[in-house]
Amino acid sequence: MTWTSLNAWVAAPEIFLFCATCAILLLDLFVSDAKRGFTHWLSLAVLVVTGALLVRGYHAAPQYAFSHMFVADPLATLAKVGMVVGVALVLIYGRSYAADRGIFKGELYSLALFSLLGMMVMASAINLLTLYVGLELLSLSLYALVALRRDSVESTEAAMKYFVLGALASGMLLYGMSMLYGATASLNVLEISQRLMVEQSGNPLLATFGLVFVVTGIAFKLGAVPFHMWVPDVYQGAPTPITQLIGSAPKLAAFAFTIRLLAQAMEGFTPEWRSMLVVLAVLSLAIGNLTAIAQTNIKRMFAYSTISHMGFLLLGILVGNVVGYSAAFFYAVTYMLTAAAGFGVVMLLARQGFEADRLDDYKGLARTHPWFAGMLLLVMFSMAGVPVFVGFFAKLAVLKAVVDLGMVWLAVFAVAMSLIGAFYYLRVVKLMYFDEPEGAAAPLSGCMFTRVVLSLNCLALLGIGLFPNDLLLLLTNAVEFSLPI
Amino acid sequence: MLTLNHYLVLAAILFAISVFGIFMNRKNLIVLLMAIELMLLAVNMNFIAFSQFLGDSAGQIFVFFILTVAAAESAIGLAILVVLFRNLRSINVKDLDHLKG
Repeated sequence: MTWTSLNAWVAAPEIFLFCATCAILLLDLFVSDAKRGFTHWLSLAVLVVTGALLVRGYHAAPQYAFSHMFVADPLATLAKVGMVVGVALVLIYGRSYAADRGIFKGELYSLALFSLLGMMVMASAINLLTLYVGLELLSLSLYALVALRRDSVESTEAAMKYFVLGALASGMLLYGMSMLYGATASLNVLEISQRLMVEQSGNPLLATFGLVFVVTGIAFKLGAVPFHMWVPDVYQGAPTPITQLIGSAPKLAAFAFTIRLLAQAMEGFTPEWRSMLVVLAVLSLAIGNLTAIAQTNIKRMFAYSTISHMGFLLLGILVGNVVGYSAAFFYAVTYMLTAAAGFGVVMLLARQGFEADRLDDYKGLARTHPWFAGMLLLVMFSMAGVPVFVGFFAKLAVLKAVVDLGMVWLAVFAVAMSLIGAFYYLRVVKLMYFDEPEGAAAPLSGCMFTRVVLSLNCLALLGIGLFPNDLLLLLTNAVEFSLPI
Repeated sequence: MLTLNHYLVLAAILFAISVFGIFMNRKNLIVLLMAIELMLLAVNMNFIAFSQFLGDSAGQIFVFFILTVAAAESAIGLAILVVLFRNLRSINVKDLDHLKG
């Protein structure tokens, strides 16, 4: 095998990100705490270059590298651009929060960039081995990031819970992968699909067993009910920038990962996994929305809201055709932006010794900080699925795909659950606009740049909501080019 | 003569023991980490058995990767355990109850 036959240039963004992250890890050793801003801007510059490499390497036809271990197709490339944006937003919004709490260190940056590398590998992997390695690179970085506040009981306890359940999920997934391997004698996603569907040479019983474990593993990673136990604790316990990291970009990675395993490798078993995903989606929508009502902590509320949004994502995937996948892709991308904006506002209000994580902390926000109350209002409306905001079109696209499939009852159920969900989102709006503020107005943290980016992020929710077609078309084309049907 | 099924049953038993260990264990976090390791070893057993009986070496390569990642995973798990013990002065699973809602 020669160097050119590896086609390594297809993975240029990943290779660059890896080298640059290692360089940042080393360079940061020579940076004093007072000059940590250097690491911050260097990391952002690395993200910009990675994003540029991704956009430059965009090809309509899938490009394979490393003997079909790695693929750069439009779906992976667009998902990766979304992840780069997501991680950049985490670094921008999290800076002042991290500085106030003594976690503004090189580890935060190198681990966040390594987790991004893991996500990118996950999105581009077309072999069970690369899928697993990417997933573990993401998970291991996140476990360490959750425990970044070493002196906090909540933070370390959340890390332990995340670690144990994450490792359990990886174990389940691997067990399922071993069965898929046993059923088809191949680790390559496309070969597995070929042997199960076309040649019928695989062992269908073994493959079905494998499917059950793979779906369990995916549900754990997505945080779908009944495998959601870790989500609220981790969201609440982790430092807020890390909560934002867990709640935004990895959802895109999990989406791509699910597409690779279910839509590509197990394409011949669509009816089987569809029925499993229906159960997961129904439970996630119900438990997520109903439990969120009882929360008094906004990070925990976001956690249950994530669970219900993952239910919607699963609804899109379970449709099992291009329309459904692109609706789910649109949902994942827009949810990533919405969640990032939500946590961005939480971090803007937080300051030293004050987390701004109780719902009561938002009372009368419209009096004290009218602009950012308005921004949080946009986020809440978008999450609730109020028309004109992007969340509405994301939900509409998913529901349309579900109705086209003929599962009207499922769409009706999802709408009913969204209505229940609207209650707790609008309660935050009520607290901000109709309640009296508790105590005097505190200054916002974060520099002008952070505030401008956060405002643009929130306004994008309205902007994409007004003109959703371009993004939806782009994502639909990407899915069409990437999945040979 | 040992057949593929023998290996698969052994792996399934190991896997079941480890899942049982994770959910039933209410006392010691270290036992939990051991159960996680056992789970990955059960998977390795599966991969090696399939690899041998299918005559395909990719499964054995996968096992090397799992072993490596498992080492990194337990290193991080133990590191989190040490930090947790410093804060909590306990490694009892029951004491992990500060996060509720």
